Amino acid sequence: MLANTFTFYVAGLVAVAATALAITGRNAVHALLYFNVSLLATALVFFTFGAPFIAALEVIIYAGAILVLFLFVMMMLNLGSQASEREREWVRPRVWIGPGILAAILLAQLAFALAHGAGQGAGQASIAPKQIALALFGPYVVGVELASMLLLAGLIGAFHLGRREAPASKSLEKGDA
Amino acid sequence: MAIGLEHYLVVGAVLFALGLVCCMARRTAIGILIGIELILNAANINLIAFDRFGTGRFDGQIFAVFVIILAACEAAIALAIIIGMFMNFGTIDTDVADKLEG
Repeated sequence: MLANTFTFYVAGLVAVAATALAITGRNAVHALLYFNVSLLATALVFFTFGAPFIAALEVIIYAGAILVLFLFVMMMLNLGSQASEREREWVRPRVWIGPGILAAILLAQLAFALAHGAGQGAGQASIAPKQIALALFGPYVVGVELASMLLLAGLIGAFHLGRREAPASKSLEKGDA
Repeated sequence: MAIGLEHYLVVGAVLFALGLVCCMARRTAIGILIGIELILNAANINLIAFDRFGTGRFDGQIFAVFVIILAACEAAIALAIIIGMFMNFGTIDTDVADKLEG
């Protein structure tokens, strides 16, 4: 229980610090690096709640998929003449040393927590993925169907919005004139 | 030594406030989107905290799953809008691109 408490406080502090650095960073890519550390710290907080499934989802979907999408769009929008110079600027050691230190703290925390048997949950026992799956496809099956429709609508909407069409820019110029 | 519910809620509230500040202070569309994701994340912390100290069931975790799905969908749409904005205006600065036509 003591390991759990210690893990929660340090992970919470890391989450708040990384978020504060993310919103004060000038460069958007640096902000995204700190945002990623913040999400990983939140996942560790979820782990100390006794919600290991949500912690895994947080790492896989948030820190994995959504952040990579952000970075992808960021790189796409910055394709200018000085693109390679900018990329060299992004990967300088002083850029990633801060997020790296915070992530190392989180890794040490995770190792410590696993070694001391933390993650038993603050209030009750830890919830296994099987229980969540049974609930999702039992009482909450309507929600799952709605989520699938939402994702389909999102797919179609993103495709439609992201399509490159020449006439759209022409009509905008006409509107400006 | 057990952690009280308040401590979890404080972490959630601080992250929510930082997300709100990010939404208001950032000028680029991507910065605003990061703020929205931070706010959803803070809501997730609150959902799971109340779930753990609540009824003994785990409905809060189910809702957290739905919130994560919603955040993923929202990020995809918003990034598509940002790409469209960049193609139309040549910038993602929300102070410059303030026309809702085209």
